[in-house]
Amino acid sequence: MFTLDALILGASDGFNGGDILFQLVMFLLLMFLLKKFAWGPLMGIMKQREEHIAGEIESAEKSRVEAKQQLEEQRQLLKEARQDAQELIENARKQGDLQREEIITAARAESVRMKDAALREIETEKDQAVAALREQVATLSVLIASKVIEKELTLEEQQQLINETIAKAGDLR
Amino acid sequence: MNHEAPLREFLGLTFNLSNVLMVTVASAIVFLIAVLSTRALAMKPTGMQNFMEWIMDFVRNIIKSNMDWKTGGSFHILGITLIMYVAISNFLGLPFAITYNHELWWKSPTADPIITMTLAVMVIVLTHYYGIRMKGFNEYGKDFFRPMGFLFPLKIIEEFANTLTLGLRLYGNIYAGEILLGLLAGGLATGLWGTLAAVVPTLAWLAFSVFIGGIQAFIFVMLTMVYMAHKVSHDH
Repeated sequence: MFTLDALILGASDGFNGGDILFQLVMFLLLMFLLKKFAWGPLMGIMKQREEHIAGEIESAEKSRVEAKQQLEEQRQLLKEARQDAQELIENARKQGDLQREEIITAARAESVRMKDAALREIETEKDQAVAALREQVATLSVLIASKVIEKELTLEEQQQLINETIAKAGDLR
Repeated sequence: MNHEAPLREFLGLTFNLSNVLMVTVASAIVFLIAVLSTRALAMKPTGMQNFMEWIMDFVRNIIKSNMDWKTGGSFHILGITLIMYVAISNFLGLPFAITYNHELWWKSPTADPIITMTLAVMVIVLTHYYGIRMKGFNEYGKDFFRPMGFLFPLKIIEEFANTLTLGLRLYGNIYAGEILLGLLAGGLATGLWGTLAAVVPTLAWLAFSVFIGGIQAFIFVMLTMVYMAHKVSHDH
């Protein structure tokens, strides 16, 4: 039959000084060994991870700020570019208008000038034609007159006579 | 069938060789678990490392609930070692008891008051040691007269009461668990029907004992830190 005496260990049999000593030494030894071989490294890695995480968070924060800054910069650049483009277009338009204006003015001036030149030429041509006609008429008249009066005249006398005749004829008319 | 303790005399001291064996086994198991699970340490913890880190955090929280981490940090290693050692010791006696030559060899080391009282006295001595070291001898001495001078005798009694309750609570719980297991296995499980009748209560009691073993380890460490906090912090 099983009795409980088995489980009442040592308690009834005096003082187990050896157990106390052994337990104490073993526990302190265990603590020392574990500190050296298990808890120490484990705490080290936990601390390392803590630092790692802290560093990661910090760098993430930093890159976030950087990204935001860059975004702002890009936005600013885009805005500037758009503005530049707008300005460029505006300028081009203005210049185009100006040029058109200029071209039209120039064309108008040119046409006026050409018209004037043409008119002047016509005038000159007319004058020349009249002069040539007059010469022809004079020569013819001299020819006719010399034939008629059968009289030789010098060229100067002839010319004078003709001019007088023409003037007279003009007056007569 | 009387089982006795394997007592031996050595160098004028009495050794219960069963205790020596079980203390060694418990220490070895704790050491192996701890060292094997921290062999391949990684920034991203896996498997056993997670478990160990959980224990560390668990003990850290126990300490933090009693004192600030600046003073409590130095008891972290004591706490982790204590909780693992006590828990493993509590569990050791659960699967079986081994007797040899009418002597009981395999049992929980914490089912012996001499072992638990050794741990308890060690803890209390440590609290006094750290009390003196962290606050100076004067402050430490004055604490015995706070909050009122006439409480001094009570304070002295308290120290002994703390020691006794710390050690004997653990012993009582584990010892009672093993007695009942011994009764169920050795007393009730005789013959076919007795064995059948013993299966269910034994299973239930085993489960409860595992629970008790864990809880007692937690309580032991918790009280250690409570006593420690009483001695080392200034606001008491």
